[in-house]
Amino acid sequence: MNLNATLIGELIAFIVFVWFCMKYVWPPLNNAIEARQKIIIDGLAASDRAEKDLELAQEKATAQLKEAKAQAAEIIEVAKKRETQIVEEAAVKAEAEKLKILAAGHTEIETERNRVKEELRKQVAILAVAGAEKILERSIDAAAHSDILDKFVAEL
Amino acid sequence: MAEEVTLSGHIQHHLTNAKMCTTDSGLAFNKACSDSGFWTWHIDTLAWSIGLGILFLWIFRRAANKATTGVPDKFQCFIEMVIDFVGDNVSKTFQGKSALIAPLALTIFVWVFLMNLMDLIPVDFLPALAGFVGETAFGMDSHDVYMKIVPTTDINLTAALAVGVFLLMIAYSIRIKGVGGFIKELTLHPFSTNNKLAMVFLIPCNLLLETIALVAKPFSLALRLFGNLYAGELIFILIGAVGLMQLPLHFVWAVFHILVIVLQAFVFMMLTIVYLSMASSDNH
Repeated sequence: MNLNATLIGELIAFIVFVWFCMKYVWPPLNNAIEARQKIIIDGLAASDRAEKDLELAQEKATAQLKEAKAQAAEIIEVAKKRETQIVEEAAVKAEAEKLKILAAGHTEIETERNRVKEELRKQVAILAVAGAEKILERSIDAAAHSDILDKFVAEL
Repeated sequence: MAEEVTLSGHIQHHLTNAKMCTTDSGLAFNKACSDSGFWTWHIDTLAWSIGLGILFLWIFRRAANKATTGVPDKFQCFIEMVIDFVGDNVSKTFQGKSALIAPLALTIFVWVFLMNLMDLIPVDFLPALAGFVGETAFGMDSHDVYMKIVPTTDINLTAALAVGVFLLMIAYSIRIKGVGGFIKELTLHPFSTNNKLAMVFLIPCNLLLETIALVAKPFSLALRLFGNLYAGELIFILIGAVGLMQLPLHFVWAVFHILVIVLQAFVFMMLTIVYLSMASSDNH
């Protein structure tokens, strides 16, 4: 072994290298690594949270959808009921209208019939008078015989 | 030229560092420094190790400058993988908290790895290049140009790392346990008794044992790394001397050495963490 001054030189170099490494190499690299680790941890936590949020939102959406479906079904049910009701009401109204129209028709017919009857009666009276005139070949004093004629007409 | 070079001379040439020292007549190199004693500098070890250390810091500093908390590019990913690997080992092994341990472990791991990696460059490439440059540019004899490119095969470098770690162990022990606590740890274990008289005899034994245990740590650190890489380099040099057969042999040994290179860097780092963890924990 030939130990010599090289040892001292190398010792100084070693100390300087370690000092430089401790001062300018290790801390920035280690800090960068640790900062990145923190970012990754935060990112993973955030993604976990987002996943949970998504699950919650999906559950909420499902619930809302269900509720909406139930509401829609209810609305349809009500609408159907209302439809039946409207149809029934319309039927009742139509029936009433029909009866009213029928009644009006009957009245009109009755009036017409009475009027025609009256007309006929008058015509018959005139015909009867005319017939009688022909038969008697002379005129009948309408005034003198009006009571007879009226009696006759009334009998028609 | 080739006739003059014996195999052992060739190996010796490969295993010799480029030296520099100051003599009475100014700066001297290599053979002129053979009797300069302690104040000799291995300039190849120093240059390669400091160069690789700067390369390491430059690469990682570049990544640190560009570091973003957003989507990292592949370069940053790679650097972060290394950081994560080291940080993981530190946090699993080191009890307590310290801003120094992780950068220290990172520096040791990557720096030692890069220096070990030089072992995979074919053994003759850079020394031959250095010899050629020395011969043509400086008019030196190429046999007088030495170039050992694997700094971890130099005991000075591994010892320097071990001494650095050893100083930190002592500093951590004193910081956590105080001077008294540290001395108690060295003297009152592993043998202890309630008998005061017996304790007087046991304290020197404890001190001896604990001191050996303490000093063995940096020694094992330095010698393990040095021994592994020195042996590996020696085998590369030997393989390089067997003619054409060296091609398959070199391949096999290099593949095996990939494991050694990473493993030794990892072992040095882990043991550093473990030793410092032991130094800073109270329970013996």
